[in-house]
Amino acid sequence: MKTKQTRRQFLKGIGLVAATGLAGAPHIAFAGTKKVVIVGGGTSGATAARYLKLADSSIQITLIEVNKTYYTCYSSNEVLGGNRDIKNIQYGYDGLIKMGIKVVIDRVTTINPENRRVTVSNGDTFDYDRCIVAPGISFKYDKIEGYDEKVAEDIPHAWKAGPQTITLRKQLVAMKDGGTVVIAAPPNPYRCPPAPYERASQIANYLTREKPKSKIIISDAKPLFSAQAHFFRGWKKLYGYDTDNSMIEWRGEAGVISVDAAERSMEDDFGDVLKPDVLNIIPAQQAGKIAFDVGLTNADGWCPVKLDTFESTLHENIHVIGDASLATGLSKSGYAASTEAKVCAAAIAALLNDKEPGSPSFVNTCFSIIGTDYGVSIAAVYRLAKDKSRIVKVAGGLTPLDATDEQHRREVAYAHSWLNNITADAFGL
Amino acid sequence: MANNKYIRAILLLLSAAIYLYQPAYSQDDSDTPPLLTNVSASMLANTCSGCHGPGGRSLGPATPTISGMSPTFFIKQMEGYKSGKLPSTIMKRIVDGYTSAEIKQMAEFFSKQPFIAAKGQQSDKKLIPIGKKLHKKYCEKCHSKGGQSVEDDTGILTGQWKRYLETSMQDYISGERIATKKMQHKIEVLMKKKGINGLRALIDYYARPLPKKQEG
Ligand SMILES: Cc1cc2nc3c(=O)[nH]c(=O)nc-3n(C[C@H](O)[C@H](O)[C@H](O)COP(=O)(O)OP(=O)(O)OC[C@H]3O[C@@H](n4cnc5c(N)ncnc54)[C@H](O)[C@@H]3O)c2cc1C
Ligand code: HEC
Ligand code: HEC
Repeated sequence: MKTKQTRRQFLKGIGLVAATGLAGAPHIAFAGTKKVVIVGGGTSGATAARYLKLADSSIQITLIEVNKTYYTCYSSNEVLGGNRDIKNIQYGYDGLIKMGIKVVIDRVTTINPENRRVTVSNGDTFDYDRCIVAPGISFKYDKIEGYDEKVAEDIPHAWKAGPQTITLRKQLVAMKDGGTVVIAAPPNPYRCPPAPYERASQIANYLTREKPKSKIIISDAKPLFSAQAHFFRGWKKLYGYDTDNSMIEWRGEAGVISVDAAERSMEDDFGDVLKPDVLNIIPAQQAGKIAFDVGLTNADGWCPVKLDTFESTLHENIHVIGDASLATGLSKSGYAASTEAKVCAAAIAALLNDKEPGSPSFVNTCFSIIGTDYGVSIAAVYRLAKDKSRIVKVAGGLTPLDATDEQHRREVAYAHSWLNNITADAFGL
Repeated sequence: MANNKYIRAILLLLSAAIYLYQPAYSQDDSDTPPLLTNVSASMLANTCSGCHGPGGRSLGPATPTISGMSPTFFIKQMEGYKSGKLPSTIMKRIVDGYTSAEIKQMAEFFSKQPFIAAKGQQSDKKLIPIGKKLHKKYCEKCHSKGGQSVEDDTGILTGQWKRYLETSMQDYISGERIATKKMQHKIEVLMKKKGINGLRALIDYYARPLPKKQEG
C-alpha cells in the first residue's frame, strides 16, 4: 500500500511522522535517488540527518564525521566541576544508522561545488544533490602569540569537548589547595556566549568543595559579557563575589595576547604576566577549517547563508548550519544549531521535491549551571524578517534577576533534562 | 534582621542597575520588522523538542512530556503561561513568541504524537497500592483511568515525570498554582489527613510500572 503513495502525498503526511521519532516510515524507491551528503556529525549535522530522514525517507543521506564518538560541549563544564562523568556526554551514531542513514567515519578533505562531490581522506568520493556543511568552529591561533594546536594539548582550550576536557579536569584535580586557575575568555563572536562564565562557576563549585583556598581569574577580552548580572548575583551568593574573599575575579578588557608554553604563563592586554597553576586559553573563533578550504567563508571567517534555507550565498547547493554559519540574529549555541538544522532539513526536503520551502521558526536556549542547586537560562523565540535579512527575536529573555532559590533549583533539573532531550533529538534514541 | 533586609534590598537594586547597563543578550528588537508568517505546525512544534524531547516525548528527569495531550489541556496551559496565571520558570518566556492560532496548531500536532510513559522511574512497590487508594478517593473523579485519561482535559499524570508532578503539587500546595476549587479542596483534605507521605504514595502510584502495551 505504501509503495503506491506518491512522494507528494507522503510529504503531506510528514508533519506527523516527523516528530514521532519512530523509524518505519515507508521506504519508497524512486528512479534517480536524491542524495544529500552531510559534512560533520555534531549537534547540527546529526539533527539535520535525523530530521531530513523523517521528512523524506526516500532521500539517500550520508553523514561524514571524523570522530567515532561525539562529546557534547554543553554539559562539559560540569565534567570540569567533577559533577558529571565524561561518559555522560558521549554519543555515537548507531541511532542514525538504525534509521537508514549511512555514516562514514573519516575526514572530509575537499568539496567540489562544480561537480557536487565530497572527498574524504582515504580518497573515497560521495556525490550529492545538496550538501550540508556543519563543521563547527576552528580557532584563530594566530591572534595569540605562542599558542597553537600543539600547545593546546598541554594548555587546553577545551572549547571542543573530548580529550582536552579530560586534560583540563586532570590539571584541576592535580592542583594544590590555594592554587590559581586562569581562564582566558575569548572576544565575540564565539560558541556559547555564557559558557566561559559557567566554566568559572563549575570550577568554583569544585574548588569550594575540595580546595577552598584557591582562586579563579577570568582574563576577559571583552568589557562586558553575556548574562553578567546573573553570574555576578550567583557568584555573590555562592562564591563570595565582591568580598575580599571572593573565589572568582573577573578582569574585563584583559584578554590574552601571548602564551609562554615553557613557563606555562600568559600575558594579558595590560601587559600583566599571569603564571597560574592551571591555565585555560580560549582563543578567538571562526568557522571550521573545511569551510575555508571550500571558499564558504566571508572576511570575518563565518559562512554567509540565505536565512530561510541556510544555503550558502557563495556556493549553490551547499548549505551551512550550526556555529559555522552566519545566522544573523541568532547566537552560536547547541540549541540554535539544532533549530537551524531543522529549518535546513525542512527546506532541503521541499527543494528536492520541487516545492517552495516553508517559513522558518527558531528557538534558542542556553542553560548555565552556576552551582549545585543554582541554574539560570536564556530562552527565546525567533522568526525570520519578511525581507529575509535577519532572524528576529520575538519573545524571550533571561531568568528573572529576583528569581527564588526554588526557581534556580528547578533550572538545574531542566538543564539536565535539556541535555537528554536535545541529544536524543540529534542522535536518535 | 531589619538591617539584613535593608542590605539585601540595596544589593538587589545594585544588581538591577548592572542589568540595566548591560546590553541585551541578543539584539534589541524594539524595531521589529515585518516577519514571515504562515509557519507550519511541524516547524513550530519541532523547535520545542530540544527541551521536551523528540515529538514532545521527554527523556526527563524533570521537563514534562507534552505528547499525546488533549488539545484543550495544552491550550489551557499555554494560555495560562501567557497570562501569567500559571507560574513557570521558563515557559512564560517562550509562549509569548506564539499567537493563539499557532498555539492551536501546536496543540493539534502534539495531541497526535503518542504519549510514551517515562522510562526507568523509581517507584516504591509498597507505596503503589496506598497511592492507588488515595487516587481513587481524591483524584480519580477528574483524572480518570488511574490518571491516564486524556479526555478529562486535566493532564496525563500516570507516566509523567515524577519530578514534574512533585513540582506541580508543590505549587498547588503553596498556592502559587491555582487549581479548580474542588481540586484545591481535595488536596487540602489529602494533605491534612495523609500529609507528605500520602502525597509521596500518590506520586509513586503515577510512576508505577505499566504493562508493556500502555507504555506506548
Ligand atoms: C564549554 C561549552 C559549553 C557550552 N554549553 C552550551 C549550552 O549550555 N547550551 C547550548 O545550546 N550550547 C552550548 N555550547 C555550544 C554548542 O556546543 C555548540 O554551539 C554546538 O556544538 C554547535 O554545533 P555544530 O554542529 O555547529 O558544531 P559541533 O557540535 O562542534 O560539530 C561539528 C562536527 O563536525 C566535525 N567535523 C569538522 N570538520 C570535519 C571534516 N572536515 N570532516 C568530518 N567531520 C568534521 C567535528 O568533528 C564535529 O563533530 C557550549 C559550548 C562550549 C564550548
Ligand atoms: C527551554 C526549555 C523549553 C522550551 C524551549 C519549551 N519548553 Fe515547554 N516547558 C518547559 C518547562 C521547564 C516546563 C515546566 C514549566 C516551567 O517551569 O516553565 C514546560 C511546560 C510546558 C507545558 C505544560 C505541561 C504540563 O503538563 O503542564 C506545555 C504544554 C509546554 N511546555 C509546551 C511547550 C511548547 C509547545 C514549546 C515550543 C513552542 C515549548 N514548551 C518549549 C521547558 C521548555
Ligand atoms: C474536581 C476535579 C479535580 C480533582 C478532584 C483533582 N484534579 Fe487535578 N486537575 C484538575 C484540572 C481541571 C486540572 C487542569 C489544570 C489546572 O486547572 O490547574 C488538573 C491538573 C492537575 C495536575 C497538573 C497536571 C499537569 O500536567 O500540569 C496535577 C499534578 C494534578 N491535577 C494532580 C491532582 C491530584 C494529585 C489530585 C488528587 C489529590 C487531583 N489532581 C484532583 C481537576 C481536578
